[in-house]
Amino acid sequence: MDALDGPIEELQALLASGDVSAVEVTKAAIDRVSKRDGKVRAFLKVDEAGALAAAAASDARRAKKEARGPLDGIPLALKDNLLTLGLETTAGSRILKGFQPLEDATCVRLLREAGAVILGKTNLDEFGMGSSTENSAFHVSRNPYSLAHTPGGSSGGSAAAVAARMVFGALGTDTGGSIRQPAAFCNVVGLKPTYGRVSRRGVVAYASSLDQVGPLARTVREAALLYSAIAKHDPGDATSSDRAVADPLAELYRGVEGLRVGLVTEALTPELAPRLRAAGQAFEKLGATVSEVALPHTPHAIATYYLVATAEASSNLGRYDGVRFGHRAADVKTLPELYARSRSEGFGPEVQRRIMLGTFALSAGYYEAWYGKAQKVRTLIVRDFEKAFASVDVLLLPTSPVPPFKLGENLADPLQMYLVDAMTLPCSLAGLPGLSIPDGFTSDGLPLGLQLISKAFDEATLLRAAWAYEHEHPYGEKAPVFE
Amino acid sequence: MKLTVEQVRHVAKLARLELKGEDEAKLQGDLSRILESFEALSAVDTGDVPPTARVFPAQAVRPDEVRGELGVEKALANAPQKHGTSFAVPKFLD
Repeated sequence: MDALDGPIEELQALLASGDVSAVEVTKAAIDRVSKRDGKVRAFLKVDEAGALAAAAASDARRAKKEARGPLDGIPLALKDNLLTLGLETTAGSRILKGFQPLEDATCVRLLREAGAVILGKTNLDEFGMGSSTENSAFHVSRNPYSLAHTPGGSSGGSAAAVAARMVFGALGTDTGGSIRQPAAFCNVVGLKPTYGRVSRRGVVAYASSLDQVGPLARTVREAALLYSAIAKHDPGDATSSDRAVADPLAELYRGVEGLRVGLVTEALTPELAPRLRAAGQAFEKLGATVSEVALPHTPHAIATYYLVATAEASSNLGRYDGVRFGHRAADVKTLPELYARSRSEGFGPEVQRRIMLGTFALSAGYYEAWYGKAQKVRTLIVRDFEKAFASVDVLLLPTSPVPPFKLGENLADPLQMYLVDAMTLPCSLAGLPGLSIPDGFTSDGLPLGLQLISKAFDEATLLRAAWAYEHEHPYGEKAPVFE
Repeated sequence: MKLTVEQVRHVAKLARLELKGEDEAKLQGDLSRILESFEALSAVDTGDVPPTARVFPAQAVRPDEVRGELGVEKALANAPQKHGTSFAVPKFLD
């Protein structure tokens, strides 16, 4: 069905005129998943019955002139670390296989209230820990633009599902780049909102001071639509912000005349500088003023992130004990045995590695030198951004230091895989909103992403700048080819 | 920093993980290499820099009211093993 390939706006017009029903669109999406996902493997689970019921409800609303807005009847997907009532949620882990949530995550509830049709749950690196989906306990997802390459991670399934036009958009989570990097690798738009802008209630925790939910979509406008639906204060999450949410659609098309754009000096390496400077020139042409701005502590972001995030993870993942939910080892005699064996059987190698690293960083005798030090350097990274945003409104840098890599390429060496996150981590550590938009292709046809970062709670400016760039450089329109 | 096998075992015990022999050796190598590459952090001057645990101040604490109780049946719904209205665990007291 052609409507699956067009913009949401077009589909809404077809739904409104009665040329097509939400049930027809949903059936077409299910059909497309059955044709394409055998290769891409973006989904862990497709909820055919639930999706068709939601679509029928949407059609009934529309018939009564009670349609709920731009997402009513639109097929979307959810990363499988977002709790869904009535739909198994695994976080990509064997330890949660079969887990049936007792409620929807707040962001999921808000999407359902907006009328969205939830088509299914997408693949991820276990608990969000990884940059390729290769750490999923269930299977590896593939890049729709080249099946030999990774779609990125950890929200690789969400990015691949959107890129392959199986759904119009998806939610992912981003702790150190897990929305932005897969968005870049799959030629889609990915937005990590400001920390606290979207509720974390019902999100399977990885690192609580960093985790944030956000949209992946085919265009900046559609990312803004999804963001608007989920950005809301939630008393059920103590870190959820109660600041008013500016409507990102109100000024989306206003342009960037007079906007102050900064190229991040640390990203102007011989390999990365030409593209980044070209992006800067593009903004200049659009009327922005462009300068170079330093974030001097960027080289320390990897160490800082991997100490802070793993320390928080080691604490968060203490809840998996084989007692209240999740995998439980058989034939154990003692309680300590039950804990240890259930966890070692249930967690994959990367999760165990991160729990070990985090536990070490928090352990007596090492806490100050490792975790405490990382927390202080985190402050310096926050200050880098404060200084930078005194003179610019938006920062530009590549989303990833490397294009999509081959599946298996970085798997043997965890440290090599960590280096892939170098460009997305500083923004995460500072809690700032960051966004990746399509920025062309390598000579081999692999997608590249441009990252934009703004001040906290200034998603409207971020999306406006991204829309202006996208409007002149619509790389995202190039869909992957399926025979 | 190089970790010894004894340190790896100690951390695994703290983390409630049961490592096999080959996992111990692999983790000893991986963690040592990761920590060595993170050592550059110690050279960063953080003299009077305060630590950051959260980037924005926490929201006001909400009133301490009971609401939305789960109920026993739901609370036990995902329990791998239960006993009546309780979670079942191996006996740990004589």
